[in-house]
Amino acid sequence: MATQTLIQAVNDGLKTSMRTDSTVHVFGEDVGKKGGVFLATEGLQTEFGKDRCFDTPLSEDGIIGTAIGMAMNGLKPVCEIQFQDFIFPAFDQIVSEAAKLRYRSGGQYTAPMVIRTPYGGGIRGGLYHSQSGEAYFCHTPGLKVVIPSTPYDAKGLLISSIEDPDPVLFLEPKALYRTLKDEVPEGHFTVDLSTTREARAGKDVTVFCYGAMVPVCMKAAGQAAEQGIECKVVDLRTLLPLDEEGVLDAAKSTGRVVVVHEAPRFCGFGGEISALIAEHAIEYMEAPIKRVTGFDTPFPNTLEHHYLPDERRVLDAVESVARY
Amino acid sequence: MSTTQPLSVIEPDGAVRGYDPGLSPDELWHCYRTMKAVRAFDAICLKLQRSGRIGFSIPNEGIEATQVGAASALRKSDWLFPSYRDFGMAMYHGIHPVEMMHNMFGNAKDNAVGRQMPVHFSFVDPIKFVSISSPIGTHIPQAVGAAFAAQRRGEDTVALVSFGDGGTSSLGFHSGMNFAGVWKAPVVFLCQNNGYAISLSTEEQTASAGFAIKAQAYGMPGVVVDGNDLLAVRKAVLEAVARARAGRGPTLIEAKTFRMGGHSTSDDPTKYVPAEEIEAWRQKDPIPRFQRFMAAQGIWDDARAEAMEAELTEEVAQAARDAEAVPKPGLETIFSDVYADIPQHIRRQGEDAFDLERRRGGASDGGGEFPL
Repeated sequence: MATQTLIQAVNDGLKTSMRTDSTVHVFGEDVGKKGGVFLATEGLQTEFGKDRCFDTPLSEDGIIGTAIGMAMNGLKPVCEIQFQDFIFPAFDQIVSEAAKLRYRSGGQYTAPMVIRTPYGGGIRGGLYHSQSGEAYFCHTPGLKVVIPSTPYDAKGLLISSIEDPDPVLFLEPKALYRTLKDEVPEGHFTVDLSTTREARAGKDVTVFCYGAMVPVCMKAAGQAAEQGIECKVVDLRTLLPLDEEGVLDAAKSTGRVVVVHEAPRFCGFGGEISALIAEHAIEYMEAPIKRVTGFDTPFPNTLEHHYLPDERRVLDAVESVARY
Repeated sequence: MSTTQPLSVIEPDGAVRGYDPGLSPDELWHCYRTMKAVRAFDAICLKLQRSGRIGFSIPNEGIEATQVGAASALRKSDWLFPSYRDFGMAMYHGIHPVEMMHNMFGNAKDNAVGRQMPVHFSFVDPIKFVSISSPIGTHIPQAVGAAFAAQRRGEDTVALVSFGDGGTSSLGFHSGMNFAGVWKAPVVFLCQNNGYAISLSTEEQTASAGFAIKAQAYGMPGVVVDGNDLLAVRKAVLEAVARARAGRGPTLIEAKTFRMGGHSTSDDPTKYVPAEEIEAWRQKDPIPRFQRFMAAQGIWDDARAEAMEAELTEEVAQAARDAEAVPKPGLETIFSDVYADIPQHIRRQGEDAFDLERRRGGASDGGGEFPL
């Protein structure tokens, strides 16, 4: 088994799917000759030709709109949006079209497709190369929203997403593209969507997180352990449809919960986790649920390290919940 | 590449000089019957809406020739990405009025089991008449994608996407036209310039000289046709389809026609359409024009036309009676088809809804009225 970075695992997942399924087509801005601005699609055009991996005009609406038509007519589009921040011209195509096609046609037409896009901060990208827009999309019945945090999951979840019968928004934490390595099996394997992953076992506090916040929470959990607080760290992996039972079981097991994401707090995904637990497991709770999130401001450039939740902030919340 | 003088085939006296439409008498009668079927369907829907039996309808009077002429140029294996004012295309290819009526009533036999508003049809057989979406222009790049996929899979099918004059201002028009031009996708863009986008006139919609000229900017031919001339529309679409099938890329066709009614049954067009404009277009009604052509061909038959009209009137009335008698969709249909499989949280919500119904009875129909 080779070790891979997260971006290498994405690339490997794409290649593996393209080798096993000739209907898989990869396209987007600069994904062909250049191999993508983050090199996620490097080598694809060389191996599979310009018919299977190609550049498109600079239009997110065009990329996702045409992908829907391709998906309706038997191809499996796996398109890339260069930065999640640029996806909004295609919001209509994702929310009103891809996500609703099966429902509004009674299953006569469907749009099985994957939209891959790097999201989140950590690269000094400022307002428009750093956002975490998952909550906008999680409010969309018919769409799946998947976020890996490890190279292993990146490949396995990506292949599952490509093989899924429904449209999947695959958000890649760009901060993790090259910062960590993992053992990743060669060839085809899958990780089930809508399953959480226990990244660390612990009996005192449950920390829910996803994407680039997982390693942050792991570090904080390590520091908490030095003080005798054992954190269970749960990587949500699929936000929609959420593994509700997995979340509730993990929350009940400790009775103390912290939710961490880098997106703004107001109407963020942490609110959904908190509400789910409040509705179905309030009697198990020993302390108020704490959220550690980005601020309810646009994403700043110079001070991004203050905006992004770090170990300090997570540890602070873990301690306050543990001692409540 | 663009022409501003609309292509026309049927002359005022019904003669067709120097053009063979390539349709047998039976096929010509089928074209005529389909236009009359659209009008009959419109007529009964208006009655149903006015009497409160359905909530909404979209009138097609004036544009039947564009719909039928375009549909007649397609094979059943082709793809149609229609607007909400295109159901004559489905009827031409054999969709029965009762299948449409199931949607008008939103009943359990509706293909979308009542999830969509009336007139938002979805059919796959005998032709792919893609589920209609209310947002304007979103289907345009989708048609390009479907056409691209057909080409990639080695099929010679084409996609025809139909939209109105207002649709040319949408994001989807630009991205779809642009991608199709770059990819040389086998797609036909049919812009039905019917004078108004709800209340906005074409002059207020664009500063360009019509709509076909926009094709130049995307590197494809733009053609203007008389949209009230069924054979002219058929000729233009046949040529565009032939280009597409031959791998020579897309075409934009602007069919100049006129929406004689309102935008919908909820709209009052007298507030924004001058009466004299409607009257001028009434003289250009596409159905009598086609009738004059059939007469000039020596195949017109008054008795056959009268019998056909009576048959259509009864057919749509029976379709309405049949569809109205079909029960409403069951509560479970709210929760299915969101995903291929029902996820935990939606299953839980469905179970809660059934549980509430058992304990407190069903929800009462609020009788919402649609304003647009």
